[in-house]
Amino acid sequence: MYQFNYARPKSLAEAEALLAKADDPKLLAGGQTLIPTLKQRLAMPSDLIDIGGLKELDFIRAEGNAVMIGAATKHATVAQSPDVKKHNPALAALAEGIGDPAVRHMGTIGGSIANNDPASDYPAACLALDAKIHTTKRLIEADEFFKGMFETALEDGEIVKEITFPHPEKAAYMKFPNPASRYAMVGVFVSKGPWGIRVAVTGAGQDGVFRVKEMEDALAKSWSPDAVASIKIPAKGLNADLHGTAEYRAHLITVMAKRAVAAAG
Amino acid sequence: MSNAATGEGIGQPVRRKEDFRFITGNGHYTDDIARPRQTWAYFLRSPHAHAKIRKIDTRAAEAAPGVVAIFTGKHVADDGLGGLICGWTVSSKDGTPMKVGPHPILALDTVRYVGDHVAMVVAETLAEARSAAEMIDVDYETLPAAVALAACQSKEAPQVHPEAPRNTCFEWELGNKPETEAAFAKADKIVKLDLTNNRLIPNAMEPRAAIGEYDKGSGVYTLHTTSQNPHVARLVLSAFVGVAPEHKLRVIAPDVGGGFGSKIFIYAEETACVWAAAKVGRPIKWTADRSEAFLSDAHGRDHLSHAELALDKNGKFLALRVKTVANLGAYLSTFSASVPTYLYGTLLSGQYDIPAIYVEVDGVYTHTAPVDAYRGAGRPEATYLVERIVETAARETGIDPAEIRRRNFIRSFPHQTPVIMAYDAGDYEASLDAAMKAVDHKGFPARKAEAEKRGKLRGLGFSSYIEACGIAPSAAVGSLGAGVGLWESAEVRVNPTGNVEVLTGSHSHGQGHETTFAQLVASRLGIPMEQVEIVHGDTDKVQFGMGTYGSRSGAVGMSAIVKALDKIETKAKKIAAHLMEAAVEDIVFENGTFTVQGTDKSLPWAQLALSAYTAHGFPSAEIEPGLKEGAFYDPTNFTFPAGCHICEVEIDPDTGVTRIVNFVAVDDFGTIINPMIVEGQVHGGIAQGIGQALLEHGVYDPASGQLVTGSYMDYCMPRADDLPSFNLGFTKTVCPSNPLGMKGCGEAGAIASPPAIINAITDALGIRDIEMPATPARVWAAIQSRPRAAAAE
Ligand SMILES: Cc1cc2nc3c(=O)[nH]c(=O)nc-3n(C[C@H](O)[C@H](O)[C@H](O)COP(=O)(O)OP(=O)(O)OC[C@H]3O[C@@H](n4cnc5c(N)ncnc54)[C@H](O)[C@@H]3O)c2cc1C
Repeated sequence: MYQFNYARPKSLAEAEALLAKADDPKLLAGGQTLIPTLKQRLAMPSDLIDIGGLKELDFIRAEGNAVMIGAATKHATVAQSPDVKKHNPALAALAEGIGDPAVRHMGTIGGSIANNDPASDYPAACLALDAKIHTTKRLIEADEFFKGMFETALEDGEIVKEITFPHPEKAAYMKFPNPASRYAMVGVFVSKGPWGIRVAVTGAGQDGVFRVKEMEDALAKSWSPDAVASIKIPAKGLNADLHGTAEYRAHLITVMAKRAVAAAG
Repeated sequence: MSNAATGEGIGQPVRRKEDFRFITGNGHYTDDIARPRQTWAYFLRSPHAHAKIRKIDTRAAEAAPGVVAIFTGKHVADDGLGGLICGWTVSSKDGTPMKVGPHPILALDTVRYVGDHVAMVVAETLAEARSAAEMIDVDYETLPAAVALAACQSKEAPQVHPEAPRNTCFEWELGNKPETEAAFAKADKIVKLDLTNNRLIPNAMEPRAAIGEYDKGSGVYTLHTTSQNPHVARLVLSAFVGVAPEHKLRVIAPDVGGGFGSKIFIYAEETACVWAAAKVGRPIKWTADRSEAFLSDAHGRDHLSHAELALDKNGKFLALRVKTVANLGAYLSTFSASVPTYLYGTLLSGQYDIPAIYVEVDGVYTHTAPVDAYRGAGRPEATYLVERIVETAARETGIDPAEIRRRNFIRSFPHQTPVIMAYDAGDYEASLDAAMKAVDHKGFPARKAEAEKRGKLRGLGFSSYIEACGIAPSAAVGSLGAGVGLWESAEVRVNPTGNVEVLTGSHSHGQGHETTFAQLVASRLGIPMEQVEIVHGDTDKVQFGMGTYGSRSGAVGMSAIVKALDKIETKAKKIAAHLMEAAVEDIVFENGTFTVQGTDKSLPWAQLALSAYTAHGFPSAEIEPGLKEGAFYDPTNFTFPAGCHICEVEIDPDTGVTRIVNFVAVDDFGTIINPMIVEGQVHGGIAQGIGQALLEHGVYDPASGQLVTGSYMDYCMPRADDLPSFNLGFTKTVCPSNPLGMKGCGEAGAIASPPAIINAITDALGIRDIEMPATPARVWAAIQSRPRAAAAE
């Protein structure tokens, strides 16, 4: 690591103020992505502003037809939350499948979506569940939030506060893990809810998470595994590496979509 | 007191004595040790696979905060230090010795792989050393790199060492070429197979580490390091590198967290730390981080082979012909030349009576990390080749895979193979039968049909393996090019109060010697295990030893202890005879008590021990005071563990995911001292074998020579949920060449299991071959490209 200043603000307001003041600051939440990056000396922020312990960002509330999750809520908390399990079991299962126990007890939902790793799981849930991302400055629709590999709509000094997940009628997430990293090689989140039907794919796309219109249309006509089973996804624009070709990933999208629909019931 | 009664005797599953210390965090690993005034080293490594170093400018870095000293290849050369060596010389077919390029401790004018050592920065803290290293200005002229093994011997390939044209270090052969050719000429059937043995990266839990120290007063250097063989390290560092004379150099390998071969070798970093300690006058500490370990630990395997098996019309093997290209990496590591030659070619007869064998191996330099011994070392590569081609022969001849093996098993012993080895004992059919029973071979068709109903593909794969352990008779290895003898030493020190210290030249880094060795000594002397201390890993305590690798510590290390115990007993009986006024021939030693045959006179062990040291009234011309004996044991032959592993897989054709639904291993290890520890060794070995077959792959980018699998993000280590519950069994033929009848068990799992798994997958898919690791992506691709008939099956 390089030298940096470290601050542990007591409130979100203080965090915002520190963020505005520092030279080249970085927010620190669970540190599961940022700390390894710092240890490898791949980033050199002037200040780390640690919001990981902020109580006002660590909550899960079920209100009306949605579950609200604070940005600093840990994956393990989401996975075990009775509210999430009751209203959005697919989301709880997704959180339970992130990394290992240590990662789940440190990593946060806000850090995950702000980082927007193209192989991470939460972006698929946000996109498929029509999530609303509340920041210190505005509300951003999930459809507008994820901009590409490690890129989001967040501006400098903007902090994710809360993610609102409207309850789905049906939903499921199927993840095909990369054998080495266990991040998603292909993860498909399917849902049916007030927003209609959505199919979001993570892991496979060069630009991060994306929706598959053809599958959504097919499922709108008939909500069944067979409806997506014969939809072939073009390999163009998909990742290829030593763990799998773009063709393999394209194929896995169909398989995972089929299995997700079956699991969603 | 009988040790069988206390549950501590030979053959008892005694809990490991050392585990309490490890589990409670009380182990002493090199990185746990802090020396007064210690400094930290950081190694600046080459970012290029191949480059000329035009200039290194360290001025800015030297002025950086906390920097104590910076060393480059020039300092090492100016000090007259030698380079690192390969301790085994292999010759080519034409009789010329292998072509060795220099292996400097810090690069002089050329870097030859990504991670090659360019400079060493010594600073007050690791962070300061690292920051200063970033300020070193190295002017590189990057050059094209030789990376893809298959292309490195062409005239156009970039050269790794000018000493070795076409990057060829040696063109070695073994066996009888004319006989082999003749057998092929009259064969009824020839089976051909091209095979890749994938590169592996060892990944011991504890990364390599060192603390170098120099005491100005005495002129003694001390190196704490993660070594499997501290005495060999000392010998190489003094005799070849020239760090210090042997008697002024102490090497200590304290608790070591796994080695798998990778800690046999004498590396640049450890050497630099102890050498430079005298220059800076302070201890220097270095601990590799995982990224450095990936780049700079010696890797394993990495062969390309073409094999041909000749059969007669009854499926009897007539001859085997093999051509292998073995990757050596950029420099020869400590034993790298022996691994793809004498540890590989000599095992190509497998469990079979093959009248003629001829093997050629080209050892090839590439711009990649050095390749050396990794769990099994050469024998996994041999076993993979033999068991894959035997299985292929079964399929092509239509003979059942078990039956073709039975028809060709060696059945009488001793058996001289055409490739040096003389097998001493074994019963290969016994382990095959036991394994087939354990896997429920008869029920397989029904299980396959049931899986098919669920849309899944089932396959069954055999591996009837043999390996050579107990490495090794010194004369034999000497005649084959080894620079060392491979005996082992032991010293038994009986203290006046009767407890015992046993000094061994073996080194435990996970094998449980503190338990098994103590079991042996306790049962022989009739004392509780807690009264036995096993001392190892310090050249100031143990006089000399050859260390632990090649599953040698039981067969060779414990045999040395037996020999020393024999001497102890001889002397103790003399003392007992004197004390009880009897003839030596009448003294019986049993369960810790000396008795005079036919009388009620007896003397307990503790009393005898005390008397040995009080020595009152000893006839000193006949009996010296004290009770301490040492022995060197040189084995008369290798040992030959063998057995049969059978793997049953179920493949999901939609995703290509392979699940191991049953894994049976039936091994013949001869005498077993501690079955719990042996089972643990087999479990670990199979886990690594499954890693090689399904998960692990060291990959360099063929154009740039960058290590693509430089972290766990891409290098797939086996995890608990990748592994089935292992189904183990044992058969036993006693090894005739050592006093305990032991064969060795440390590598068998890693040697035997990969072909069983790949045979199972190719069986399930109805294909000839699939490259390791058979990842889901590869399996899926193989399914896509299957001929239509097979796909429709
Ligand atoms: C071994 C391992 C395995 C993993 N496996 C998976 C997996 O299977 N699936 C998966 O999805 N992820 C996986 N992860 C990543 C993990 O989920 C991380 O926790 C997550 O990506 C980042 O969350 P964090 O709280 O740790 O963020 P940090 O590392 O603290 O921060 C990450 C980035 O987000 C920014 N940030 C943090 N909080 C906010 C906020 N509230 N507003 C704006 N910006 C913010 C930071 O400034 C930083 O740039 C794994 C990580 C590890 C180490």
